[in-house]
Amino acid sequence: MKKWNLIIDVDNCTNCHMCSLACKDEFVGNSFPGYSAEMPKRGANWINIKKKERGQTPMVDVGYIPTMCQHCDDAPCLKAAKNNAVIKREDGIIIIDPEKSKGQKQIVDSCPHSAISWNEELEIPQIWFFDAHLLDKGWKEPRAISVCATGAMKTIKIEDQEMKNLAEKESLEVLNPQFNTKPRIYYKNLYRYNKCFIGGSVALIKNKVEDCVSGAVVKLIQNKKIISELKTDDFGDFKFDKLKPNSGNYGVNIEYNSKKKTIELDLENSIYLGNIYL
Amino acid sequence: MAAIKFSLILFGLRALLLWQSLIYKKFKDHLSEKNFTAQIQTKDQSIGRWLTFNNGSVISSSGFHQKPEVVLSFKNANVAVELLMPLVMAFLLKKSINQLDQINALKDFNLTLDGPDELTLWFTQTLMKTQTNGLKFGIDVGDGVVRYTNMTNGGPVFLYVKNDKIIRITPIEFDHNDPETWTISARGKKFRPPRKTSLAPHGMNWKSMVYSPDRLLYPMKRIDFDPDGKRNQKNRGNSGYERISWDEALNIVSGEIKRVKKEHGPGAIVNSHGSHHTWGNVGYYLSANFKFINAVGMTRVHHNPDSWEGWYWGAAHHWGGSLRVGQSETYGTVEDLLKEAEMVVFWASNPEGTSGAYGSFEGTIRRKWLKELDIDIVHVDPFYNDSCQFLGGKWLPTKPTSSPALAMAIAYVWIKENLYDKEFVKNRTTGFEVWKEYILGKEDKIEKTPEWASKETGLAAKDIRALARKWGNKKVYLAAGGWGNGHGGACRNQTGIQWARSLVCLIAMQGIGKPGVNMGNLQWGTPVDNNFYFPGYAEGGISGDLHHTAMSVELYQRMPQLQSLNTVEQSIPRLWLPEAIIEGKAEGYVWDGKSIEAQFNKVSYPKPGYSPVKMLYKYGGSMFGTMPDSNRHIKMYQSENLEFVVNQSIWMEGETKFADLILPACTNFERDDISEWAALGGYAHHGQTQLNNRVAVFQHKAIEPLGESKSDYKIFSMICERLGLSAYFTEGISEIDWARRIFDSSDLPKIISWENFVKKGYAVIPPNKSELRDPLSWNWYYENRKKDVPEPMPLPSDYKDEYLKGIQTQSGKIEFEASSLKRFDENDPERPPIVKYKPAFQVNKNSKYPIMMLTPHPRYSFHTQGDAKDSFINDISDHRVKVDGYDYWVIRINTEDAKDRNIKMNDLVKVYNDQGAVICAAQLTDRIMESSAHGYESCAKYDPLGKPGNSVDRGGMLNLLTPKKTQIKKAHSMGNSTAIVQIELWDKKELKPKKFSKEKIFETAE
Repeated sequence: MKKWNLIIDVDNCTNCHMCSLACKDEFVGNSFPGYSAEMPKRGANWINIKKKERGQTPMVDVGYIPTMCQHCDDAPCLKAAKNNAVIKREDGIIIIDPEKSKGQKQIVDSCPHSAISWNEELEIPQIWFFDAHLLDKGWKEPRAISVCATGAMKTIKIEDQEMKNLAEKESLEVLNPQFNTKPRIYYKNLYRYNKCFIGGSVALIKNKVEDCVSGAVVKLIQNKKIISELKTDDFGDFKFDKLKPNSGNYGVNIEYNSKKKTIELDLENSIYLGNIYL
Repeated sequence: MAAIKFSLILFGLRALLLWQSLIYKKFKDHLSEKNFTAQIQTKDQSIGRWLTFNNGSVISSSGFHQKPEVVLSFKNANVAVELLMPLVMAFLLKKSINQLDQINALKDFNLTLDGPDELTLWFTQTLMKTQTNGLKFGIDVGDGVVRYTNMTNGGPVFLYVKNDKIIRITPIEFDHNDPETWTISARGKKFRPPRKTSLAPHGMNWKSMVYSPDRLLYPMKRIDFDPDGKRNQKNRGNSGYERISWDEALNIVSGEIKRVKKEHGPGAIVNSHGSHHTWGNVGYYLSANFKFINAVGMTRVHHNPDSWEGWYWGAAHHWGGSLRVGQSETYGTVEDLLKEAEMVVFWASNPEGTSGAYGSFEGTIRRKWLKELDIDIVHVDPFYNDSCQFLGGKWLPTKPTSSPALAMAIAYVWIKENLYDKEFVKNRTTGFEVWKEYILGKEDKIEKTPEWASKETGLAAKDIRALARKWGNKKVYLAAGGWGNGHGGACRNQTGIQWARSLVCLIAMQGIGKPGVNMGNLQWGTPVDNNFYFPGYAEGGISGDLHHTAMSVELYQRMPQLQSLNTVEQSIPRLWLPEAIIEGKAEGYVWDGKSIEAQFNKVSYPKPGYSPVKMLYKYGGSMFGTMPDSNRHIKMYQSENLEFVVNQSIWMEGETKFADLILPACTNFERDDISEWAALGGYAHHGQTQLNNRVAVFQHKAIEPLGESKSDYKIFSMICERLGLSAYFTEGISEIDWARRIFDSSDLPKIISWENFVKKGYAVIPPNKSELRDPLSWNWYYENRKKDVPEPMPLPSDYKDEYLKGIQTQSGKIEFEASSLKRFDENDPERPPIVKYKPAFQVNKNSKYPIMMLTPHPRYSFHTQGDAKDSFINDISDHRVKVDGYDYWVIRINTEDAKDRNIKMNDLVKVYNDQGAVICAAQLTDRIMESSAHGYESCAKYDPLGKPGNSVDRGGMLNLLTPKKTQIKKAHSMGNSTAIVQIELWDKKELKPKKFSKEKIFETAE
């Protein structure tokens, strides 16, 4: 049985918000019996883009992750719902019945991903449900995905085993794996959101003139082991990425010609070490 | 023979009306709108037939009616047959009416129409309706849903409509009948764009804009404004409104127009519109609005070249391009960049943030290819902008307004280390030695070293050197501003002219035009077919205005129409509109692209012999949000010098509520129009090269206008009816007939029939085969050939050598030392013949206003369009943030500056200087360097907590704080994209907003 999945490449999300706006366009002012009631015009973000800014001026980057109902295969909301208000379709999509779910706020509370929205006015829980009402009419993909300018979001309808293989092959991750809810939303390059970096700029002063050092060898050392090695670029910059936040002590060894320098640090979050003069 | 034909045609005319009223219910309803008799005849009354419209029935008889209300006379039967035959026989002849014959008949008085305007206009428009009654609009997609098309500033759209309600708005997915798109092969890869259109966030936002609670639905009058009594001008902005009828509103407006003209003389009415509009070649401000201005005779507000300032007033002197507002050509640059470039320097260039103005995400798709190729990227910008975020690369943050110093230090390194194209500089440029002396410090004893620039810019000298060396050793594209060829970016701050000039010098030193060395960032220059004609909006649409639009380039011959000419030659330089009204005088220079030297013409207000302005006809409400030091505008509105202000607007925006009378206009989804995506024409000739696919659209009237709102065209024609000008303004036809005329003027009939076009709603213009693609910009210049890119500029007389050889400058070469500036004023310290660095602000931590605030264009709204009005985008936390139930504008502050001020994320802060104060929500970030801040301009809301013009605003109008000073005295150039301010925590106790709200307005109204 082929089922729907969504793959989001964090590296290509620019926070343009086309996905969240397309979602609002589709559901504000429109109800689709059996699928959903109207979305509140303001305040509800069924697709919610989270932001992570890393580093310090001038070595910064910003990662955005669009989040939404994760369409978990082991979804806590399914269990929390009374009278089958939440259903898991054969194609993997979760639907919260707008009639049956009335008053069931516990459905919102049950979601460990905080992906269910509570409609105060109608007293119902609501989610982004893959535009199942359109897919059922032959649309090829949900609207939020088809408007994505960079193709950062892609839906894919395949067998679960195929998806598992794909996830492994492309190093896809899910949000909050600790909850073990088996989400159907996968993320690529999630390190831009949940990992951190150590960066710096290598320079030297010769005859009172300051210059960037390109081609310096920089090694990242943890527990006396070299875990990564790279060369500085034309601006003397280096950046070790995909490190775990709060992951303890690191050493940064810099070598250029006969010059050497070592910097020790305790990594909490992304850090730019600034100009390092040899 | 002609006499018999004429009699037959007249007989047939009645049959046509009756026949169509039987088939088309709407037409039947239409026919019952008016009861009167129209006489059609030859001038000598040898042949005649009258038609009486009576409650929907049409009675007719040959001969002459005793008391016809309308008389349509033809010189003779021949003329009548020629003009009427196509109309009556259209269904058989299958071709449209010959407009040129019609217009010539009018001009030569071979065709006259007498009677009251309301009947004559209705009569001619009704006759024309017979040409469009049978058309089918949109595609039925089942369940009672019709799919229409339309065009927004953010791209073309499908609209799904059911029961006169817009259900959804989507971009256009091409079908299998639409042409294939192009492919570029570069570095072993093939790049092909998707077969669909993209849409900008403000385009996706439109449903909430159409159904915004701030829509103006009825004509309204300020409660304490009485045209026959007290006008209470000082209360503008304070008073509420009452609903009035269209009749009352139109009588007031037309009455005031007549009164002001008679009491004060020509020039007493001024028209002011924004720089943009809702899309459409008929409804655009350069189209219907200009025709109206010219028909009535109004003082014009002469716009400064707002997105091009530094390029127009600066760069053009070095490399010409005055008709492109000083920007570079862009042809073929997408393919060249992908194939040849080794590095792209984005310099104050954030195409991801501004969608190329009208290009939605078309360029983004291509810049994703840039990511896939091994091309180095550098960003020079005080802000780690959206393009840095997307593309990565090296970010070099400079202090706002300082980057001309960086350019000079780069030139210094190149000179010292021989890293420039000496051959090109020697043969294809002039004046380099003079500039070189300046760079090397021989003129002012200051060497423009990286160390020197470091102090100015805040960049490390080593980084400046590294950039210069990297650049000097590679084939590099320079991306300046959002379009990459100039538009936008740092050209609109106080050193914008220096910036643009110095970038021209840099790219000239690297030999612009050699493969891989050019201007661009993949935003412009796609291989679409530029030989296929569709008029851009700057070509003036239906305006008939050859003087103030680009109509004369091509549209005028292609679409016969009555020429219109504003007899009032007075104009006000836009930057000084408030001063002109309040103080009664203003001076500036013109934006006129015809030559480099045209910009030296001075505009003075008042113009000798004209009346000072007494009445303002305002279109829309964008000025408060977009013009510098905008408290000035508030004071202008409250001036007694303005006897009457009417605002024709779609929404109740901050500025709208300063009018005496408000006329509700509808959106482009509620009227018929026609257009092409990103087709600007004129100053942005071939704007469609921003696109991956050229798409022309019939803009369906998808829903009926909301409330009593009406299209601009309709409003102008109703006013014209009361001035006896309706035949002149409309040429007797409706919007859809104009759309047909524009369709016929274009090359569209070569690829699609009118009937199919209005049904399907769009046409994709096929790309050229690869052999026929445009040549590369500047390559002809680099190789010293004749100009071969398809741009009809400069004008022939501006060539100094043979036609098409060289550029527009006096030498025909890129001039480091500008001859035009030497001729104009070589001692102007603000704009000397070579570009020199002169800092704009001297600010440090101890200054009263220590923070340099950038105010670039907003990312999610299109200027004021899209902001506030309870639209969807207000939920985007990078646009506005809700604090205590109120949507505040966002100001981005460096984390260290915030720490010093005890400001935390989303705290409300007061951003202020001597000009005013604005409350914003603070976002703490390292994306902006210390002592700088970043907040968008173009807020639509003005929400003063006290007296308008003199109090703290919590709407977010940062332009209250920006400098009004023109960049240089001898130009009319905004310099407001950087201001100096202080920022501190806002004491919420001060937050006692006066109960001034739309609700109050509508309470009175209803």
